[in-house]
Amino acid sequence: MPNHIVAVNEVSKSYRRDSLKIPVLENIGLSVPEGEFLALMGPSGSGKTTLLNLIAGIDRPDSGTITVANDEVTRLSESQLAVWRARHVGFIFQFYNLMPVLTAYENVELPLLLTKLSKKDRDEHVKTALSVVSLSDRMKHYPKQLSGGQQQRVAIARAIVADPTLIVADEPTGDLDKTSAVEILTLLERLNQEFKKTIIMVTHDQRAAEKAHKVRHLDKGELV
Amino acid sequence: MKIFKLVFKNAMRHKLRSALTMLGIGVAILLFGLIRTIISAWYAGVEASAQNRLVVRNAVSLIFPLPLAYREQIGKMPNVENASAANWFGAYYQDQKNFFANFATDDNYLSIYPEYRLPPEQKEAYFRERNACVVGRKLAERFGWKLNDAVRLTGTIVQGDWDFVIRGIYEGAQPTADETQFFFHWEYMNERVRQDFGDGAADNVGFYVVQIAKSANPAQISEMVDANYKNSYAETKTETESAFQQGFVSMSGTIIVAMRVVSIVVVFIILLVLANTMAMTARERMTEYAVMKTLGFRPLHLIGLIGGESLVIALGGFVLGLLLTNQVVSGFASFLVTANLSAFFPVFELKNSTITLSFIAAVAVGLASAIFPAWRSVKMRIADGLHRIG
Repeated sequence: MPNHIVAVNEVSKSYRRDSLKIPVLENIGLSVPEGEFLALMGPSGSGKTTLLNLIAGIDRPDSGTITVANDEVTRLSESQLAVWRARHVGFIFQFYNLMPVLTAYENVELPLLLTKLSKKDRDEHVKTALSVVSLSDRMKHYPKQLSGGQQQRVAIARAIVADPTLIVADEPTGDLDKTSAVEILTLLERLNQEFKKTIIMVTHDQRAAEKAHKVRHLDKGELV
Repeated sequence: MKIFKLVFKNAMRHKLRSALTMLGIGVAILLFGLIRTIISAWYAGVEASAQNRLVVRNAVSLIFPLPLAYREQIGKMPNVENASAANWFGAYYQDQKNFFANFATDDNYLSIYPEYRLPPEQKEAYFRERNACVVGRKLAERFGWKLNDAVRLTGTIVQGDWDFVIRGIYEGAQPTADETQFFFHWEYMNERVRQDFGDGAADNVGFYVVQIAKSANPAQISEMVDANYKNSYAETKTETESAFQQGFVSMSGTIIVAMRVVSIVVVFIILLVLANTMAMTARERMTEYAVMKTLGFRPLHLIGLIGGESLVIALGGFVLGLLLTNQVVSGFASFLVTANLSAFFPVFELKNSTITLSFIAAVAVGLASAIFPAWRSVKMRIADGLHRIG
């Protein structure tokens, strides 16, 4: 019996637009074992990003519980959640979301500023993360000086630099050309296989989903 | 990298916008500083007043004189250390537009005003000569006067030409000291008055300056002096030097109030300029703030980031404004001299209190401008900030 790192139990979530209540997720249940590479697929509006946000502790469900790395995230306060996210979750976004005024090195260093690591230790961590994504020679470059694929690799380095328990990726190849997308997927695969990272990835891309161990489909707020 | 580096980089992200905002704040600080400097210059006489000096004048009005005999009587009163007679002389140099403060003063006067620094040999030369005079440094500079120059003034109260020799040029011990005055011997004036208008017009004093013991109560001594001359033919009104000077300033009180209001409005304008910039900045960066929150940055970090950026811009504007204010105040002070207006503002300079007030205004505006954007970033849901709900 594998050790489940993520356990989603009977989670429902809806949004309000004016007086309208829009249900997004209904009684979702999901378990993700440690070391899993899970792809969540589904049409637009099916609730996959919402589910990812709930698991990553950046949104709260209306009902149900979510446990990640033995912490019931649905019970944590906002400030506890912030600390928890910094410790346990690495984020990869579709549009990279790097700080344009910071170099690749500084972007990767950003999450470490919240830790008590010394400058020397931070430097070591950042350089290791950048070498994992093969961008050691671009550490002084600003995001605008990098290609889309390179920016996404910096974002991946930022996601792994604090050695999180879980990596969540929201359409990580959605803004990339085919070659860059393959590079990123290969990198994610390597993080999973070589570094044993648990990854949950939301994607529309069938080729991306093929890299995952497991694919779950969401449709109209339900896992099918 | 430290967080303040990110603050600084963020502040410089839109260089033109930040530069224009700083320029706007700088110009507002200039206006604020200039207004405060004018108000300070207006109150320079009041600020330069000593707490242990009283002014005794005729109770009816300043234009009515007091008898010379009062000097000795007042001088002997308890807790009075010194009393000096002085008259406003109202003369001008060469042309009526060359107006400045000139007084006939007795020999005690300069010892009551230690803030007017005069070298001992000049003081000695002044006391030795009947028609000697002492002038302030700025006044000497204004007319190009040097030590031992002969100067002719034209009297308006005691009319006619008056010849003097400059035997002393005093300097202020502190920046608030008025260096634009002209003093000469009261006896020199009195002799001529007696000669021209007879004994009845002589021995009249415009006002007395009384130095009291530091521990003495000015109000009690004022009451004592006035009570002593109650029901005499020349009743007195005694008040502190500060109150005496305030009496002149209060005549233009409404203008000063208006100027104070304008200076507050200026601070409000700075606030609007910076608040607008910070609001635009925060709106553009909501996704970045959401990403930072996602990475684990807490509300205090965001408040520090936004507040810090706002402060960097506000303080940049303050430094620019201070440089501008310094230049404009110096230029305006020179203009006052060349335009023969220094008599109205004898002390016109940027004071430390004005700089401090400008700094406080800049910091307050910097912090206030950050309140709304910081509040928005803290309240924003991360999912909303990331623009991804699917």
